[in-house]
Amino acid sequence: MQYLLLLYAQESGWTNMSKSEQEQGMAAYMAYTQALTTAGALRGSNRLQPISAATTVRNVEGKAQVLDGPYVDSKEQLGGYYLIEAPDLDAALAWAARCPGANHGVVEVRPLWSM
Amino acid sequence: METTGPFSEIQAQARNTAEDVARRSYGKLVAFLAASTRDVAAAEDALSEAFASALLHWPKNGCPANPEAWLLTVARRKSIDTARRRQASGVVDEDIDRIAATLGADTPLDPHIPDRRLALMFACAHPAIEATVRAPLILQVILGLDAATIATAFLVSPATMGKRLVRAKSKIREAGIPFRIPERDDLPARLGTVLEAIYAAFAEGWIDAAGTDPARRDLTEEAFFLARLVVELMPAEPEALGLLALMLHAEARRPARRNGQGEYIPLADQDALLWNSAMITEAESLLHRAQREERIGRYQLEAAVQSAHVHRLRTGRGNWEAVLQLYDSLFALTASPVVAINRALAIAESEGAQAGLDAMPPPHDAGLAEYQPYWAARAALLAGTGAFEPALHAYEIAIGLERDPAVRRFLEGRRTRLGREFSGCIDGLENADEDDAAKKRR
Repeated sequence: MQYLLLLYAQESGWTNMSKSEQEQGMAAYMAYTQALTTAGALRGSNRLQPISAATTVRNVEGKAQVLDGPYVDSKEQLGGYYLIEAPDLDAALAWAARCPGANHGVVEVRPLWSM
Repeated sequence: METTGPFSEIQAQARNTAEDVARRSYGKLVAFLAASTRDVAAAEDALSEAFASALLHWPKNGCPANPEAWLLTVARRKSIDTARRRQASGVVDEDIDRIAATLGADTPLDPHIPDRRLALMFACAHPAIEATVRAPLILQVILGLDAATIATAFLVSPATMGKRLVRAKSKIREAGIPFRIPERDDLPARLGTVLEAIYAAFAEGWIDAAGTDPARRDLTEEAFFLARLVVELMPAEPEALGLLALMLHAEARRPARRNGQGEYIPLADQDALLWNSAMITEAESLLHRAQREERIGRYQLEAAVQSAHVHRLRTGRGNWEAVLQLYDSLFALTASPVVAINRALAIAESEGAQAGLDAMPPPHDAGLAEYQPYWAARAALLAGTGAFEPALHAYEIAIGLERDPAVRRFLEGRRTRLGREFSGCIDGLENADEDDAAKKRR
């Protein structure tokens, strides 16, 4: 099965970090990505730009309504994702628990529709 | 025409056999059918169709030598049919291959059906399943209880319970929750959620302490069946043994919890001769077995507390220090405010009401303000320190929160008695005043 791990965290947490802390953080993500790749579980991954770069679009009566900002203005923001292959939910949860994002935020685990 | 003679006998036998298999093996068959697909709802549907055919075929052709294998074969055929129909209607379904593979894996009449009930219970009590639905889910998929019966026991509407159960079953299938006994590292925590669900089922049955509501009463028996099943399948898990011991202790005292008039009798006033001593003996031996594993846990400690209460009341020898130690360990383990209340009551027994009152958790802790035993305990402790008015107030709240009429009457009795003592005191004071006044007049 494929699962999408959605990484939510406070963006300010990252910007408030010192240079060396940020480097450590990056290294942790790289190691995690490497581990997923080695295990053959990684299907895709990306880091998102901060919500200040987000734009929301909704069609209202046939007209596109464009708004500045993210859809949900929450304390923690979606900052990136991993798409992984795992035999079952427990395996996916184990990967989620290893994700550095689970330490400084939350990781939501969502199974994909199997087509 | 009235059916008589051997024909009706065969019919009755067929029905009995079907009922017997349903009771004994329902969960085993569901677990086996759903193990490869994780589709519990489909397994239940296929099995109920298989039971329906059994009631049609068995009276005519006699009961099969292995009814379980017969039901399993028919149920698998039904689920393959369903999957094919879905595929034909354009729904792509990878499950059909898995079902077909399962069918090929075991010969249809293999008399040995592997018992995967435990794995199914672990799926139902998975942390990804909402906590309140775990117990109902286990009751349904392992024992085949219908949503309406479960709903009555858990005080929700049948429609709501039905929806929750359907949702939980889809989650198992869609999120890919595995049917597996967890690995060693995860086992203690995950077994904890299974035991918690069984205990919740037991507690729901236990609320009707008089045992007058059949739905609740049944649930207690079902919870025993599940607890014994876990003990049988994991004989070296001390917490499973501890839970069964705890349940046996509670059940053993059921006959003494109400008198002939249906009045509630608190533990300290119970007639020990009314306790079921066979159950207590079994509980004690389970607890010893658990302790030999040397892995202490919540249920073992709670069972040990019950054991200590029984010992004290049977021998008349006070053991509150030992009880307090058990509560200390229990509190260190669970940080449960309910444990804190019991611990405070144990402290009051050995060090006095004020010490007990000081040890009570504050009411804003974890919804204690709505928890009847908290207010009843507070009332008793306050009364013990002579703080009559706050004690009466606390009894008032406790009475307002209780849903069992017998317990409510008991609390009302306590309040009335305290009220009488209180007014007695005031009279006493007034008399003293009068004495004073009389002295002065002289």
